[in-house]
Parts: sequence; structure tokens; C-alpha cells
Amino acid sequence: MTDQPLISWEWVAENLDLIAERLVEHLALTGIALAVGTAISFGLAFVIYRRRWLSQPIIQLTGILYTIPSLALFAFLVPITGLSLLSAEIGLVSYTLIILIRNILAGLDGVPPDVREAADGMGYGPWGRLWAVELPLALPVIVAGLRVATVTTIGLVTVTALIGQGGLGQLIVTGLLRPGIFETMIYVGGILSLVLAVVADSTLLVIQRALTPWARARA
Amino acid sequence: MELLAETAAWFGDPAHWSGTDGIPSRITQHVQLSGLALLAGLVLALPMGVLIGHTGRGGPLAIGIANIGRAIPSFAILVMVLPLVLGLGLGLGFWPTIVALVVLTIPPILVNTYTGLRGVDPEIIEAARGMGMREHQVALKVELPNALPIIIAGTRVAAVQVVATASLGAVVASGGLGRYILDGFARQEDGRIIAGALLVAVLAIATDQLFGLLERRGVSPGIRVGAIRGPNG
Repeated sequence: MTDQPLISWEWVAENLDLIAERLVEHLALTGIALAVGTAISFGLAFVIYRRRWLSQPIIQLTGILYTIPSLALFAFLVPITGLSLLSAEIGLVSYTLIILIRNILAGLDGVPPDVREAADGMGYGPWGRLWAVELPLALPVIVAGLRVATVTTIGLVTVTALIGQGGLGQLIVTGLLRPGIFETMIYVGGILSLVLAVVADSTLLVIQRALTPWARARA
Repeated sequence: MELLAETAAWFGDPAHWSGTDGIPSRITQHVQLSGLALLAGLVLALPMGVLIGHTGRGGPLAIGIANIGRAIPSFAILVMVLPLVLGLGLGLGFWPTIVALVVLTIPPILVNTYTGLRGVDPEIIEAARGMGMREHQVALKVELPNALPIIIAGTRVAAVQVVATASLGAVVASGGLGRYILDGFARQEDGRIIAGALLVAVLAIATDQLFGLLERRGVSPGIRVGAIRGPNG
């Protein structure tokens, strides 16, 4: 520890392939969770939007899911769905729901009533109005939720290494289990997952700004 | 069904209720570890938050650093402090876990304390100064109580995260309820895995509920959020 540098760059240079492979796994685990989570959240948010009384039970249930620690949630799943990709994704998707649903609803609720009225006056039906008017206006708030969900998921994917699903967490776990602990693998895994979170967060912000030029013009 | 029976059998075994690896002892370890970390986090982050919130100096910088801190996965923090702690000769288990947990509590408490203090109505602060209060009195007697609901909300986030990450402490050989899950994985004992998961989940939800209650009840009715907005709010 004392006579050794914190990161052995020699090891990094020799293992770029391994690091890249773990990074791609991390991205894939994150991407699947966000895609499935977004689809389910939009579905549930639209259901709540039309049937308000469902909002409390759905928000409370997804809130409880969010509170269950990741290790415990994966532990519930492993005896049923095994040390598998499915177990990892069920857990990861569960955590995105409350964040996304809350932001989708907040975004839709933030659409000014006179804009809705104007859309109705122009002859939009309820779904047409939702798609062409309300969703675009709600986009900044929805993307804000997606950013939180993305950063959270990237962090949680490091834990899925404990149920054998690879990703950057695998570097951390392997480094931990090496005799005498191999710091380089731990730091490479940890720092790359932080960098990934920051890059993904900024990328989504840039995309959101490009998609909603009116929001910038108004500000 | 078989899984339920295995879990019930695990809970029913008297051997699992005594000794260091017994349920009462594991719960105690988990709560002590979490409570100690939260307390240390409050001692560190609360004064810092009040100071930068009151003066407004260094706010954006502190918040920026705290937000980056939030983006580091808690599991990564836990393992990354390990070489540092071992380098100090402190050993596995308790120390790496407690250090990581304290690091985790700081961003939500700091950010919410700062945001809470900055959000206090300037007219209230003006009035306090007009009444002859000194700066530290304004900060501690006016801004802090007014910001309390937001500070408790931040502490709630920190507490739930600490309870969750304390279970991951088992990876670095700490005690606590996470042991059941990791030992269960290693021994392929489904009953032990589910029992550990249940205990961890219940403890996390109970912590969340407890702080939710504090958030609603622990704040004087005169300064609950909403009450400070004035007649037009």
C-alpha cells in the first residue's frame, strides 16, 4: 500500500480489453433497465392520469420498492429467478419506477390549463392532446427524472456484480477478492462508474435542451 | 411455497436467535453501525451546512462537490475506502464500513441544510436582525428552525441509504444483517437469504417511516412548510 502507487497503470494498459468489456456490460445492464423502466412508468403514469384514484396505491407501492435496499431486493429474487440477468433487471427496473412516474406526473400536471383548453378548442382528442401538446411541454421535467434514474441505476449496477452479472462492479469485487486486495481494480471500477454517471447525466441534459428549444428561449 | 417453508424454518430455529450470528445481535450491530454513522454525518454536515447556508459563501462549490459525491455508487465508496483504511492499519469490518457510511450521509444532509437555510424568507431574517439578533442568533434561532423540515427530509434520505449500505458492509467483513444474505449466497441456503432480505427490507422501511413521522410531527406547527409562506402563500 505505501510503496505501491494507488493505481498500477501498467495493469490498466495490459487490461484495456477487460475494462472495455466490463464497461459495455455496465452500459447494457443500465440501458435495458432504463428502457423497460421508462416503458412501464409511462404506462402506469398514463393510467394514473386518467384514473386519479390509482395514484396513491401505485406511488406507495413503488415507493416501498424504492426503499428496499438493493442487496435485499436481489436476495429476494435469487432463490426464485436465480443468479441471472433477469434477477438483476427486475431489481434495477423496480428502482426506476417511482422516480420516473413522479416526474412524468409532475410534468403533465405542470402544463398550464389554458394550453389544454386551447388544444381542446383546436379539436385535439384526449390522447392526441396528450401526445402532441402535453408530453412535449412536460419533457424537461420528465428528462430531469430520467437523469436521476440513470445516475441511480448506474450506481446500482455495481451491486449486480454480487449476483454475478458483470459490469464495473465485477472489477471491484474481483479486486476485493484477490489475495491482499488489488487496489487498481477497485479504483478503476469505482472511478469509471462515477465518470459514466456524470457523462450520462450531462448527455441527457444536452439532449433535453436540443429537444425543447422553446424552454431555453423563454428563459 | 417451499421457499416460504424454508424461511419459516430458518426463523424457527432457536440456534438463529442467540450468539454473535443470532438475529438480535445482527440487528443490534446493524442499528449501531447505522446510528453511529448518521450521528457522525450530522455532526460534520449540519454545522457546515448552516455556515454556508447563512453566509451564502462557498455554497455552489460545496453543493457541486456534494452532488458529485452523490453520483459515486455507495458500493464503490464502500470498497474504495478499504485500501485507505487498511493502509491506516485499522483492519476489515467495522472501520471501512463506518467510514464509507459517514461519507454517504454528508451530501444529502449538507445539500438540504444549505438549501433549507437559503430558502428562508428574507423578510423573516430582516425582522430578526431588526429585533437586534446577532448573526449567530439569526442562524441558530431563526434560519435553522425554519429550515428544519427540509433538513429532516435530507436526514431521512441519508438514514435510509445508510441502512441499505450497511447491509453491503458484509462484503468487507462487517457485521450486520447483510451477513445472512452473503452467507446464504455462499452456502446456497435459500431460507437464510430470504430471511436476511426480509430483515434488511423491514429495517429500511421502518427507518423511512420513522423519519417520515419526525418530518411531520417533530416540527413546531408554527414553522411547518406552508405556514411560513404568509397569508397569500
